[in-house]
Amino acid sequence: MKERRSVVDNALRPVRALYVAAVRPIQEAYNALPASVRRWTMPAVLLLGFLLSLAAPSLINLYWQQVLIYVGINIILAASLNLINGYMGEFSVGHAGFMAVGAYVASIMTVWVFPRMGLKEAVPYLFPLALTIGGLAAGLTGLVVAIPSFRTRGDYLAIVTLAWNMIVKSVLENLDVVGGPRGFMGMQKLTNLPWVFVWVVVTIYLLRNLIYSNLGRGILSIREDEIASSLVSVDTRRVKIVAFVISSFFAGVAGGLFAHIIQFIDPRTFSILKSTDVLVMVYLGGIGSLGGSILGASIYTILMELLRPLQVWRWVVGPLLLVLLMIFRPRGIMGLREWGFLIPKEERPAFVDALREQVRQKREPAAVPAGASE
Amino acid sequence: MQGFIQQVLNALQVGSVYALIALGYTMVYGIIRLINFAHGDIFMVSTYVAFFVGTALASYLLGLSGLLLFVLTLIASMFATSLLAVLIERFAYKPLRYAPRVSAVITALGVGLFLENFTLATIGPDPRFLPRFFTVQTYTVGGVAFSNIQMIIIVVSALVMLVLDTVVRRTMVGMAMRAVSWDKFTAPLMGVPVDRIISITFAIGASIAAVGGCLYGMVYTIDPYMGIRIGWWAFISAVVGGIGNIRGAMLGGYILGFVEIFTPVILPASSYRDFVAFSILLMLLIFRPYGILGRPVAQKV
Repeated sequence: MKERRSVVDNALRPVRALYVAAVRPIQEAYNALPASVRRWTMPAVLLLGFLLSLAAPSLINLYWQQVLIYVGINIILAASLNLINGYMGEFSVGHAGFMAVGAYVASIMTVWVFPRMGLKEAVPYLFPLALTIGGLAAGLTGLVVAIPSFRTRGDYLAIVTLAWNMIVKSVLENLDVVGGPRGFMGMQKLTNLPWVFVWVVVTIYLLRNLIYSNLGRGILSIREDEIASSLVSVDTRRVKIVAFVISSFFAGVAGGLFAHIIQFIDPRTFSILKSTDVLVMVYLGGIGSLGGSILGASIYTILMELLRPLQVWRWVVGPLLLVLLMIFRPRGIMGLREWGFLIPKEERPAFVDALREQVRQKREPAAVPAGASE
Repeated sequence: MQGFIQQVLNALQVGSVYALIALGYTMVYGIIRLINFAHGDIFMVSTYVAFFVGTALASYLLGLSGLLLFVLTLIASMFATSLLAVLIERFAYKPLRYAPRVSAVITALGVGLFLENFTLATIGPDPRFLPRFFTVQTYTVGGVAFSNIQMIIIVVSALVMLVLDTVVRRTMVGMAMRAVSWDKFTAPLMGVPVDRIISITFAIGASIAAVGGCLYGMVYTIDPYMGIRIGWWAFISAVVGGIGNIRGAMLGGYILGFVEIFTPVILPASSYRDFVAFSILLMLLIFRPYGILGRPVAQKV
């Protein structure tokens, strides 16, 4: 076991060295900037990103726009599942169930409810509202999983989430109102890159704040030891409800976005295969890491696009990747680590500050003892 | 009344197959506490082995009687499937035996999807028929019609379960299996070869699934995704009976057989059966998470 993991680590060593060699100078130069400048970096990057997403139609072709939209949707899915599987340490395998609820509810809003209220022209502006309602509906159904989780953990909770996914699919197949197995259509193509960008930023921002809040500490404590955390007066039931509801809310939003890009949803879209895709992204990127989810979702989505010429064989790659990951690197790329900018300033680990201190000291060569680096 | 008995026979037929597959889930869970999500797909592979071997034998050895043909196909399928299961255990699950349990479960899900998609990519999605080993004969007793195939399925399954129950309760291998299941850290100290016993468990589970696969293939068509639905139903059977409990899995299989057959009778829209089955599972997990015959596990702090 030990040796095998180090084989992979050895293979990755040049990659890591390259990464460090490329990134470290930029990092150091950046950290040398005065704090008053650094404070504006994040807003500036976000603004730039948003402007780029607005300008995307004239920059890249329709295909890559679509791929980027899927990347964004998958980031939302992976990050929200990571809250349960990574941060809370439970094992949910039914994320596509919540996604389905969000997708159907949001679609019903834009196709039936809003036009019948005489707001047909306003639908594009009401799109965020439809997504939110879809998310809320999904969040409500999150209780279906949250309540059994009071009594069961681990394997059995995994079965509950799985059963949930199957039940949603089965109910949708039998609801003739929304098309049953034939699916539901009529959605306008409302999802575009700026909307996806905004929702990704909102998701990551809210999840980050949740994770580093008091409640988030409760979530982490459940992962480490549920009984011990209840002994130090963490209200584990409340924490679980909040975590499941929020996680499924974002899954629902992602479902709504998804429905309004492909403009056709059917129950089979939200089968266990979809849930497994999200699982691969989470475990590829790394559990307990929002940065990992961003990375995992981006890499996996783009990889699957690049593998499109393989046709059917493409679907063999995902599961195989998952198995190899679990055996050789169960924590994923970023497991339990985080990008600095996704950690609130007060929470950043001491080593970041120490690094800054080092940079400052490097400018005064006398401060570095000779031979200390050996 | 005749209609009822007819449906009971159908339920027993379907339930037998579920019970056979549920045994594989429950044995593996009992011995290494792993939900082997790939088991449904091992069952699927067994039907494909039966398809290829059966078709080849039927075309090259024309003179063989149906019974001999069936037995040869069954043995080949059992052997190939056990080999596959042992290999999966060796290469995918063994490295994770002392890793967090979730890692192994995810691996099992991945292996299952891999088997499905691999079969899809190599053999294709078209449904196929097993060669007809026996000519179908229908008997009518007191207004209840049943075929020889139906009888074969019910009787062979019952025999296999009886044999398995005896093996687990009365032989040294069975005792070793129970020992590993009881305490996998102490069992090796008592001279039980844990690795070999785990391999044997996987092999037995897979060969029972292969029996189920050959019986199933005599009646229904086979396709790469059949393992999902049948596998899930069998899995629910195992949980309903109390996962880890062998007699529970048999009971659960028959219960699910009855659910499948009698749901359309009570609720006319037949596609509600998945909904009913999974709702039963959900309710059971909330109120009696250890199943009908299982015992609650006390959590130590």
